[in-house]
Amino acid sequence: MDLHLKNISHNYGEVDVLKNIDLEINHREIVCVVGPSGCGKSTLLRFIGGLEQPARGKVVQIGAAPEDSLNPLTYIFQDFALLPWRTVIGNISLALEDHGLSALERKSIIENVLARTKLSDFRNALPRQLSGGMKQRVAIARALSVKPAVMLMDEPLSALDSQTRELLMDDLVDLWSREGFTACYVTHNLNEAVQLGHKIVVLSRRPGCIREIVDIDIPLDQRKNYINELDQKQMQLWALMRDEALAADQELING
Amino acid sequence: MAEKKAKAKDQVVAKEAEIKTVPFRGGGFKIRSIRTIAPFVFIVIIAFWEFGSQTGLISNLVLPAPSEAFGALRELVESGMLVVHLSASLKRLIIGWSCGSVLGIIVGLLIGLFPLARAGMSPLVSAIFPIPKIALLPLFVIWFGIGEGSKVATILFGTFFPTVITTYGGVDNVDRGLIRMGQSFGLSWFSIVRKIILPGALPAILSGCRISASIAIILLVAAEMIGAEFGIGAYILLAGSLFATDQLVAGVAILSTMGLIFAWLIGRAEKYFLNWRT
Repeated sequence: MDLHLKNISHNYGEVDVLKNIDLEINHREIVCVVGPSGCGKSTLLRFIGGLEQPARGKVVQIGAAPEDSLNPLTYIFQDFALLPWRTVIGNISLALEDHGLSALERKSIIENVLARTKLSDFRNALPRQLSGGMKQRVAIARALSVKPAVMLMDEPLSALDSQTRELLMDDLVDLWSREGFTACYVTHNLNEAVQLGHKIVVLSRRPGCIREIVDIDIPLDQRKNYINELDQKQMQLWALMRDEALAADQELING
Repeated sequence: MAEKKAKAKDQVVAKEAEIKTVPFRGGGFKIRSIRTIAPFVFIVIIAFWEFGSQTGLISNLVLPAPSEAFGALRELVESGMLVVHLSASLKRLIIGWSCGSVLGIIVGLLIGLFPLARAGMSPLVSAIFPIPKIALLPLFVIWFGIGEGSKVATILFGTFFPTVITTYGGVDNVDRGLIRMGQSFGLSWFSIVRKIILPGALPAILSGCRISASIAIILLVAAEMIGAEFGIGAYILLAGSLFATDQLVAGVAILSTMGLIFAWLIGRAEKYFLNWRT
């Protein structure tokens, strides 16, 4: 299943947030969206998953989602969004409960995603007992449990410390190499973008529009061997964004 | 030369000053529970009071001695009237408080969930909440009869409004991110309310229960002002009108024990239901 964002524009009252965004997210492709703070990255992601509606333009789905996909467009949130009163199993189960599955089917799906995210030993822990990285693993497990066609990731690693971020980044690369999911990955971290993105979309400052789309052809699981090339890409992205980021910073000061 | 000496001295001073434990200044401001203090405070106050009464420091007219109040309490137990009064009061309290709380939670949820309900009902709640329900007692007697109806109604109304307010406050405070998460996984509206909003509002609802239980006990005495033969409130009011202050103090002690027990029960419920909190 591919997604096509058709000419999306949006405004909050007088303020234009996004302008003429036209973008394709193809099957088995990770599209990273980067941009200075306040450029409407997260808003764009909410449009893609239908949590919010753009003022103009639309998001179209090309081709049907796989039959077994329970929730084709599935989010992973920056703040994990786990229910604090449910255990790891309970949190994953929440996503499955409204789909008319039998208890046995649910159980087997949960065991499967727990094993895939190496969480089996933590099945009965409450979120407050888990570290940030573990919480995000639970959120990833929950997302995987509904067999998404496209994962919509809103700065999933931003709330984590840098070591945990590296670990989870490796996990995501592994996961993609094994299963080849499709994703739209919003981040402000250029390093994450060059490690994970097949296509990196650079948004400009408000109103956010597409400044440039940078392709990276190196396969994800080999990127560790091409550090220089990735550094260059990162420099290129930073060169594109630097002035915008500076201007965004100044904007806050001037109100 | 002098300079050199001064430098050497400085070094000596520095060496001497080097070994010094950094003073600890992070103490205090810590919330700890010390279990033994509360009974101790009670005992000291009652002992002082008894001592004052015995020595004549506190006149018997002003305040009866604890031993007298205790005597009145024993009389009450021995005559078998305690059970009669207590069961009459508990029945009113439990029916009034639980109906008031359940209705309050329902209306609070409606206000929290539907803008129309909020627009229509929340000003009404704000308008009626501050009215002392004791003032409405004569009306309740006309509406619900002089029997149990008016008494239960007083307690019900008294507990209903604070429950409404704490419930919709709790619903308003549920993390919007969690609701959005529920929507993003395609949960039904009903599922979101039941699995996300209700548990999220539960801490506020339970602390509302704490307040409404106290209000219910306060209103119990008011409710038993008119046409009640039995009940702790009726007992206190009768004692008051006869200036039997020992009985009055005994009755008040029963009320405050009830308050303690309710607070303890709600504390247990919080521990059980909110064990997920840090």
